[in-house]
Amino acid sequence: MIPTGDSTPETDGATERRKKSKKPNYSRFTQQELPACKPLLTPTIVISTFILIGVLFIPIGLASLSASGNVVEIVYRYDIDCIPQQSQDDKLAFIQSSVTNKTCTTTFNVPKNMKAPVHIYYELDNFYQNHRRYVKSRNDKQLRSKAYELETTNCAPEATTPDGSPIVPCGLIAWSLFNDTYSFATQSKVIEVNKKNIAWQSDKDHKFGSDVYPKNFQQGGLIGGAKLNESIPLSEQEDLIVWMRTAALPQFRKLYGRIERDLAANEQISVTIENNYNTYSFEGEKRLVLSTTSWIGGKNGFLGVAYLTIGSLCIFLAVAFIVLYLLKPRTLGDPSYLSWNRNPDGH
Amino acid sequence: MAGDGLTISREEEEEEEERSLAPLPSSGRHHRRKSSASAASRDGFPNPAHVRHLSRTETERLASSQRELADSNSRIVFIGDPGGSDPRFETPRNSIRTAKYSPITFLPRNLFEQFRRLSYIYFLAIVILNQLPQLAVFGRGASALPLAFVLLVTAVKDAYEDWRRHRSDRIENNRAASVLDPQSGRFLSKRWKEVRVGEVLKVLANESIPCDMVLLATSDPTGVAYIQTINLDGESNLKTRYAKQETMSRPPGEDHPVDSAGVIRCEQPNRNIYGFLGNMEVDGKRVSLGPANIILRGCELKNTAWVIGVAVYTGSETKVMLNSSGAPSKRSRLETRMNRETLLLSAILIALCSVVAICNGIWLGNHSDDLELAQFFRKRDYSDGDDKKYNYSGIGTQVFFAFLMSVIVFQIMIPISLYISMELVRLGQAYFMVRDANLYDESSNSRFQCRALNINEDLGQIKYVFSDKTGTLTENKMEFQCASIRGVDYSGGRVSSRDNGEAHYILAAGKQILKPKMSVKTDPELVRLLKNKGDTEQGKRAREFFLALACCNTIVPLVVDTSDPKQKLIDYQGESPDEQALAYAAASYGFVLIERTSGHIIIDVLGNRQRYDVLGLHEFDSDRKRMSVIVCGPDKTINLFVKGADNSMFGIIQNKVDLSMIDATKANLHAYSSLGLRTLVVGMRELSRKEFEEWQSAYENANTSLMGRGKLLRAVASNVERELHILGASGIEDKLQEGVPEAIESMRQAGIKVWVLTGDKQETAISIGFSCKLLTEAMTQIVINCNSEESCRNKLQDAVAMYRKFAVISPDPFENALTGTGSTKVSMALIIDGISLVYILKTKLEEELFKVATACDVVLCCRVAPLQKAGIVSLIKSRTDDMTLAIGDGANDVSMIQTADVGIGISGQEGRQAVMASDFAMGQFRFLVPLLLVHGHWNYQRMAYMILYNFYRNAVFVFILFWYVLYTAYTLTTAITEWSTVLYSIVYTALPTIVVGVLDKDLSRKTLMKYPQLYRSGQRDERYNLKLFTLTMMDAVWQSVATFYIPYLAYRQSTVDVSSLGDLWILAVVILVNIHLATDVFRWYWITHVAVWGCIGATLICVIIIDCIWTLPGYWAIFKIMGTGLFWLCLLGVIVAGMLPHFSVKALKEYLMPSDIQIAREMDKFRRINAATMEIQMNRFSMLQL
Repeated sequence: MIPTGDSTPETDGATERRKKSKKPNYSRFTQQELPACKPLLTPTIVISTFILIGVLFIPIGLASLSASGNVVEIVYRYDIDCIPQQSQDDKLAFIQSSVTNKTCTTTFNVPKNMKAPVHIYYELDNFYQNHRRYVKSRNDKQLRSKAYELETTNCAPEATTPDGSPIVPCGLIAWSLFNDTYSFATQSKVIEVNKKNIAWQSDKDHKFGSDVYPKNFQQGGLIGGAKLNESIPLSEQEDLIVWMRTAALPQFRKLYGRIERDLAANEQISVTIENNYNTYSFEGEKRLVLSTTSWIGGKNGFLGVAYLTIGSLCIFLAVAFIVLYLLKPRTLGDPSYLSWNRNPDGH
Repeated sequence: MAGDGLTISREEEEEEEERSLAPLPSSGRHHRRKSSASAASRDGFPNPAHVRHLSRTETERLASSQRELADSNSRIVFIGDPGGSDPRFETPRNSIRTAKYSPITFLPRNLFEQFRRLSYIYFLAIVILNQLPQLAVFGRGASALPLAFVLLVTAVKDAYEDWRRHRSDRIENNRAASVLDPQSGRFLSKRWKEVRVGEVLKVLANESIPCDMVLLATSDPTGVAYIQTINLDGESNLKTRYAKQETMSRPPGEDHPVDSAGVIRCEQPNRNIYGFLGNMEVDGKRVSLGPANIILRGCELKNTAWVIGVAVYTGSETKVMLNSSGAPSKRSRLETRMNRETLLLSAILIALCSVVAICNGIWLGNHSDDLELAQFFRKRDYSDGDDKKYNYSGIGTQVFFAFLMSVIVFQIMIPISLYISMELVRLGQAYFMVRDANLYDESSNSRFQCRALNINEDLGQIKYVFSDKTGTLTENKMEFQCASIRGVDYSGGRVSSRDNGEAHYILAAGKQILKPKMSVKTDPELVRLLKNKGDTEQGKRAREFFLALACCNTIVPLVVDTSDPKQKLIDYQGESPDEQALAYAAASYGFVLIERTSGHIIIDVLGNRQRYDVLGLHEFDSDRKRMSVIVCGPDKTINLFVKGADNSMFGIIQNKVDLSMIDATKANLHAYSSLGLRTLVVGMRELSRKEFEEWQSAYENANTSLMGRGKLLRAVASNVERELHILGASGIEDKLQEGVPEAIESMRQAGIKVWVLTGDKQETAISIGFSCKLLTEAMTQIVINCNSEESCRNKLQDAVAMYRKFAVISPDPFENALTGTGSTKVSMALIIDGISLVYILKTKLEEELFKVATACDVVLCCRVAPLQKAGIVSLIKSRTDDMTLAIGDGANDVSMIQTADVGIGISGQEGRQAVMASDFAMGQFRFLVPLLLVHGHWNYQRMAYMILYNFYRNAVFVFILFWYVLYTAYTLTTAITEWSTVLYSIVYTALPTIVVGVLDKDLSRKTLMKYPQLYRSGQRDERYNLKLFTLTMMDAVWQSVATFYIPYLAYRQSTVDVSSLGDLWILAVVILVNIHLATDVFRWYWITHVAVWGCIGATLICVIIIDCIWTLPGYWAIFKIMGTGLFWLCLLGVIVAGMLPHFSVKALKEYLMPSDIQIAREMDKFRRINAATMEIQMNRFSMLQL
């Protein structure tokens, strides 16, 4: 890449050699003299940066704290409560049995006014939807199009039935579809739960095919969760679509539905839970969550606190730097600070 | 001979033979060097390879060497019969091949070359691991992408280079040569690549020589041919080669059809360009062949109409090809240091993997009962009804798999892109160094050359500079300055500033004007004296003096055309610049040497052309230290002219003449040498007929003698060189190169110690030391020139005692020497000669020498042999960690250049031999200052930062992956898509670091030149050390914690899906590391802005594209999450929280503990540095202007 010496100049005549000067052409680029901005951390810049961040972060922190505080959230852990007293010692047997009555009811009090829409979530804990064996066990091609029905790569052990026909939708994720159900009522009046549009529109439109119907689903030796209505295409199976958006963390919520009316404070709501889903085998927890939302999402004060902390830290640093600059003033760019000027007899 | 030979040592025989092989004197600079080498060899210092080699051609051993040659080790060439050439060895055609690859072999060979890097094997192993279905963490394509990318970039680069080599090979191979056709006896044109060993070739004047050939005949009746070896060893002067008389008489060709009698036996091809060993059998006579009988490929024929020769080595076996081994491969200090940190990172990697594997095992153990039914695990496969396990083979195996998988996931802890980035950055740095107008030498029209591409950053850490003197500190252009004739000093020429060209001696020959190429300022008084027709004794002596200068040399005058057709220039070609200077001086005073053939010379003496027959010539040798010539003038008197070193000349003068003249001459000589001039004494003697005849018979006897010719010739010379009249003495200035004293002063301030290693004698070395301000009067000189080990030891011990004494006076001499502010304290200079070094370097005294030498500010080594130069460099290299740089221009500097950490060749008049061995080449010594202080500083600073940044950048990412793995039951799931993982280090963050690595400047050129002390930051390893690495890694850990945990805590117990959170993390980390880089950038060019912000934009685009692929689970996730306020708050929070410690510590450190560089940056910005004061005064410094 770097010419290591051509032989041509030697063979040329002397006059030609003179013409053929190798002097590099001057350009600001090649001489590394392009105009440049030379930022320096001067006291002004340092202090104003800290103050700017502080001034920006503290209000944001306060705003998000208040937004989070305004969110009304009802959380009810039911996985233990919903097991009858006599089965508490062997919850697994209870949940696995097909004859036990798994319906369970409870009531709770609305602490504050909840503005519509009130989101209904189920929350699972200790359920590793991000487990390596689990998260890969799906086939997006099969989900999207009937043409790829036979495509069951990655879906083992829920890929095909013993006779070899494909399971649609295949894979552990679909197989383990959550199947607890909830219904709500106030004083014998049923509260409508809207289960439409709980999944992403993009998923319904492009990821799950409208011509793909469940097939051979949940017919194996072990039932993982919900069964699917074989007459509804996958693009309409919103619970499945929500479930298939695998959660990032082992404790997660998934949208179950929405209550499209306000819930007044102190309203008594009775909930009927069909407790079908087996989380007992791995000490998982199940919760039912009713929550309003704000611009910041659900109830989570962390970000507000974090912003307040960072903001006040910056203000503190600004003050600290001001004090430092006052106590130990130093003229920037004073040659007498150069090490060889500071101490002429050596360091 | 026999009786005589017994008394001399073997070494002396060898040395003598070296001389006897070159029929004409190899004098001047050449002999200065050689003499030091051979002087050392007598003292037991190992001979350079070629000297030893040459010794084998000793005529005494001719018989035995012929036997040796006849053995399997020789090559047999049948002259004019290529088919009959040595049947045992297939000789290659004359085509050369510098290209490494052919289209077919490119892929396998290039891959093989690339995989010689250990790190690539590591990455390949990981790619292979990932192909195992059990371990496949990434998709197969994705995992191989980074390695494929790196391999591809390197392969494209190699392919381009190779294509250029192919092209130049093709041009070279298709050049035309004229080859004798054995049938017709005519010379036919053939392409170079078709020439074969044994073929007879004809080469015309100014043509290049196509292969190594033994001369058979030349256009000159005496068989002389002149060649220029500039492409071979860079020496631009003409060298003489000879055809053997035996073949001269009947050159092959039309008149004399080739007979098959000619057979050459010669040694196998080797790379020694100064040696050749062989013999030729013609008509049953055996003739020995030496290096003077062979002309080598790469040379050019000059001043000779044609030559005919037989090809003995062709193509890849020619000496020039065997020598073009390319630049030596060295490894930069930074890269060596980097390997230590890479090992540390590997340790961290293994630790992380072990944590994951162990936790995975514990988790499996704790949950072993639960996992039978857990939906997300599914230990059993029920689909077939039977009870087999699904993808599970016990905790132990799972742990093992987890370990391997985590190695795959965390592999980028060792940054693969760093290697390619470093290459690209070095390429960019080399581009800027080559293009730097400040490193362009106008006089030799040469740019800076980067021959080694992997040690750019070493230039920023140099602590010792070992410099050659001749041609490096000095221009190696000698200029005649003063003459002393009969004790009268004529040095008016250098004082008088006039010289309106009148002294330019113009000479009309027909209608043409001939004039010497260079003129010398003349002393008016001396000119007047010469014009007085030599009436006075003084005038007669003066004429004889200049006549001696004009004829007592080996100069070949060449007549060169100029643009003016009436005017021609005489160019004096010779091997010694001293002789050239003397010949030009004689010409300026009216004694113009016009023509030289082997038998006579023609001199224009003040307008009259006179022919002098050269009857004999005694070449220079290191024992006599003089040369002499016997000429017969037009008046038929026979004169002996001798010129030589003063001490050798004063021993052979006629004692009867007046002593006051001798004393005056000695006084003049002393005055000249104290001015730093090189002196020579000229003497003559008129020979009587009888004396001449005696000499002639002895000379002829010696010349025809087969054994011990050199020794006999020397005896003849000594015999005749006696009873001389001293004509006078000359003073020649060895001009310093431009800006040398200033450059040395700058380097001294920069804390670089300059050592001068020269083959010159002590007085010359010291005078040059003073003139280039290396030595000052204030310095205490410690001179070591001893002849025995014992005295060396004593001297050294005295020196140690002396510096201890000074150490008491000034508290810390070492530190003072380093700070360079030692104007108030006593500084010391060590002057040591080669003979003492012989005693010191092979004994325990080495340690003492090291102590003394490092305590001294200046070290001057004189009369050192080439290998001793290397020995001195390794004296420092083996004992300290300091970086060494060697700079030189000649073949004698090669060993030093290759030994030092950085070798620099001066691509001046002497040329290629040193350049070929060097890592960098440039035109002038003074360029060392901008090279080291500016480019070296920048390169080091940039590369150091880039390495640290790359480590940091990949560590942040790996730690983020690691934190997430802790929340996936230790199963190596990555939230960030595999494509983003792969693209992270090669696309998302690669460009800004390369741009910054190429372009960023911490300080301006002006500041760096004004304050050479700033260079010390590199010497102190300020920019890359373990402490900085640790701090950077701690920062990396904090930033990964901030990046991971802020979103983690904010999105806990939410509906967020894995892809959305992964997108947030990848965007956050890319922005964070780019902002981190942005806060460290010193200078923002528009390119930097484009690179940094463009990269963030490119990342966003890539993430969006990845999320638009419906087959991936993360489809549309980025749009969903970007629509929420929480996402943006998290992003902002991550960046601010992540940057807070880095920013605060940086601000605090720059304010409270500013480094010199920081202060200089502030000065750069706030105080306009006065451009006028800092311009280094580049006006020519000359001793004589003092």
